[in-house]
Amino acid sequence: MPYKIIGDTIPQPLAGTPGDPARGRALVLARTTTCILCHSGPFPEARFQGDLAPDLKGTGNWWSAGQLRLRLVDASRFNPQTIMPSYYRNDGLVRVGRNFAAKPILSAAEIEDIVAYLATLRD
Amino acid sequence: MNFWHAIAAAALAATAPALLAGEIPTDARRSGYTFMGPDTRAMQDDDTANPGMLFVLDGEALWAKKTGSAEKACADCHGDAATSMKGVAARYPAFEKALARPVTLDQRINLCRANHQQATLLPYESRDLLALSAFVAHQSRGITITAGDDPQLKPFVAQGHDLFMRREGQLNLACTNCHDDNFDKRLAGAPITQAQPTGYPLYRLEWQTLGSLERRLRSCMTGVRAQAYDYGTPELVALELYLMSRTRGLPMEAPAVRP
Repeated sequence: MPYKIIGDTIPQPLAGTPGDPARGRALVLARTTTCILCHSGPFPEARFQGDLAPDLKGTGNWWSAGQLRLRLVDASRFNPQTIMPSYYRNDGLVRVGRNFAAKPILSAAEIEDIVAYLATLRD
Repeated sequence: MNFWHAIAAAALAATAPALLAGEIPTDARRSGYTFMGPDTRAMQDDDTANPGMLFVLDGEALWAKKTGSAEKACADCHGDAATSMKGVAARYPAFEKALARPVTLDQRINLCRANHQQATLLPYESRDLLALSAFVAHQSRGITITAGDDPQLKPFVAQGHDLFMRREGQLNLACTNCHDDNFDKRLAGAPITQAQPTGYPLYRLEWQTLGSLERRLRSCMTGVRAQAYDYGTPELVALELYLMSRTRGLPMEAPAVRP
């Protein structure tokens, strides 16, 4: 799915249907999406959270949906040395495991769900 | 800095192997032991509680057992392991002249089986191979790691270092991203260590068994969703060699216990 970057945002959703914040929350908490391996956040029920990356609390205060979308799609645009994976990238990677070859980490719909959830994280 | 300190520092700088880019300085190197909780440390420290010691005992029995069509035991050539094997694991992987490349302790054991015992090769991660390598490594407990000092190993250490620094897998992460830049932070709640393999083969509570450094490396590769190198491949051996060489100066702990 092609996308268009304007400034530091991807203003248009990657998927046709709007993201669902409840599904997004469940995705952020699922270890398979990898979010909480590095991030912590307002998830009292999640025992094992990471501290390699900023707490997600208040994310919706500082970033718009378009900014969040680009940061999930390709955080390395802002810092080539970042350890945050580019969640919507499927090329130019080295020795990708057979089960993951030519697939992005998250689908367009999953990114939309997560963006919708993160936008609700306001103080 | 006074005069004598300056002399001492200069002498140290002249003799110590040069650090590779991003490498943790010798005096800041920390065993994975220092990242563990008190219960796991106690389990490692007490030989009667350390499950790795059961493998060492099995290895001791295998050491003395005649095997293969040559009907020879390890002990028939090497004698008492307490003296002949002391310090050996602290310098592995070592350069093997006949192959013109480094071999791991596991590979050395299998070379001995093939060449001197005419015995079948023990599969990687098999109980007998782990037991023998644990027994041999245990003879080096407390001995300072010097792996990688042999000048013939230089290109292989460099290859391992390149692999350590290279991003790979669907998550596009290199070993260095966690183990040089973020040790002491928590990944999914668990502390990230410095990747100083002082105690292999070691008993991992998560595995409920003893395992090799190669097994650990393969599981990290799978974790970043990369295609893990097969056991014994030149890449995995080079990585093991680089990791052991970056651990130079720390004492051996085998068989260690880790979470």
